[in-house]
Amino acid sequence: MMADLADKRIPYLLTAPGTLFFAALLGAPLVMTFLLSLHAYDFTAGVLPGWTAQNYIEVITDSYFQKIFARTFGLALLVTVICVLIGVPEAYVLSRLSSRWRSFFLLIVLGPLLISVVVRTLGWALFFGGNGILTMVSQALGFGDAPVSLMFTFTGMTIALVHVLVPFMVLAVWASLQKIDPQSEDAALSLGASKFTVLSRITLPQAMPGILSGSIIVFALTASAFATPAIIGGRRMKVVSTAAYDEYLSTLNWPLGAAIVVLLLLANIAIIVGYNKLVERRFAKVFE
Amino acid sequence: MRQLGLGARIFHGVFVLFILAPLVMVIAVSFTDKGYLSLPTDGLSLRWFYAIAENPEFIDAFWMSVWLGLVSASIAVLISVPAALAIARQRFIGRDMISAFLLSPLMIPHLVLGVAFLQFFSEIGLGGSFYGLAAAHIVLITPYALRLALASVTGMSQDAEDAALTLGANKFTVFRRITLPLILPGVAGGWLLSFITSFDELTMSVFVASPSTQTLPVKMYHHITQTIDPLIASVSTVLIILTFVVMLILDRFYGLDKIFIGKG
Repeated sequence: MMADLADKRIPYLLTAPGTLFFAALLGAPLVMTFLLSLHAYDFTAGVLPGWTAQNYIEVITDSYFQKIFARTFGLALLVTVICVLIGVPEAYVLSRLSSRWRSFFLLIVLGPLLISVVVRTLGWALFFGGNGILTMVSQALGFGDAPVSLMFTFTGMTIALVHVLVPFMVLAVWASLQKIDPQSEDAALSLGASKFTVLSRITLPQAMPGILSGSIIVFALTASAFATPAIIGGRRMKVVSTAAYDEYLSTLNWPLGAAIVVLLLLANIAIIVGYNKLVERRFAKVFE
Repeated sequence: MRQLGLGARIFHGVFVLFILAPLVMVIAVSFTDKGYLSLPTDGLSLRWFYAIAENPEFIDAFWMSVWLGLVSASIAVLISVPAALAIARQRFIGRDMISAFLLSPLMIPHLVLGVAFLQFFSEIGLGGSFYGLAAAHIVLITPYALRLALASVTGMSQDAEDAALTLGANKFTVFRRITLPLILPGVAGGWLLSFITSFDELTMSVFVASPSTQTLPVKMYHHITQTIDPLIASVSTVLIILTFVVMLILDRFYGLDKIFIGKG
């Protein structure tokens, strides 16, 4: 059957509201931010008309910004590793529970994703503050009366971010464990493999795609997280997102802030694309 | 039957405690009878819940978030359903690109969206307005609505539609009487997920919202950076309870794991 011209136009008409809206309200703002990052800024004259790469040079060469980018990268790496270490076993435990307990605990583990990050971070701030639970515990254990605070520390940020993001890891691994045929494990067991061998040779390789995609989600979200580093890390423990926030809303040097943001976006895309390539190669190895 | 070892059970218990600890902490502090941050050691008190009523800016911010969520989730669904029908059903040049474009906000950090909208809206004269904030939220949540709409269109059989067409129904009637009722559960799930994503959003809104369009998370964030008091804990407790209700609805009808993975 020949499709006539009107039929060919239908899919474009159906997607037009979305694509037009996005072109105007996503494409244009992003392009404008990029262009803004190529202008210099003067504290009295504002944004200067000439084109320059000066903001990028400043962000890349200034040791202040190098430290912030390095800290953000380290934080994202550490949070990702911890999320793998605790999220993968938890997803495995969940997959082994009876169906009633499983849906109950899935609700507990995934539910916090729906609760505002501000609320979850507030909970950790209550733990970490100088007159919080931590101090009470350390006093009760006889470590002296000095208040213990994890506010404005790297450790505090790490703990809170792991809490905020580990549900994504559990979810990704859980989804890939769902696809495993339990008979492959039973077969290995009945052929005399030990439980550990089954875990490392059968279950883990099949869960690998989930672990990898969970890692990339956690890494990308940590690298650009704002609420938790802003509340727990504050001004003393700046990361890329809080530094950009300060450039935009305190210093008002928008072009410099734009350069920081563009670099964050590029790093984000590079890591996602690079990781996907790695995953594809891994896939080929596992399922040859 | 596969049994879990003792070690696995202990690990699971500790993990669940870790997940619940900060939420329990917030709820506990909100019931304190003291005027400062403390655990309610000598009796529960509702004074900090009554205190919310004396701070109407939290209530205003709550309604701003509700209104914003209703408007943007509804528009996001209106954009997503026709797009999902085209992308899931038809082959056309640029199909993959259009679908990637409409899902792309998932890959862009909210911070990047926030600063981009801040500049864009102030240059076109919508800075600090409700329209700007709503437009930003629509861009942000459309991928969530689209993913669930795509899943429900892909998952439905076309037999009933074909039958109706053969029996002489026109295309619009088929859509209204067959397609829409069949995809409605998935679309409703997408709407609810979009709503709650908009309602909770902080990082982008903190750049786009003005004092007159402050959403609840933005208001709470600014409050916390000034002072952490039992009032913010009681506001958070109310929010936890409301979210829990939505969570139960989503879980009961769709399954939380399916909603998040996008196969509703």
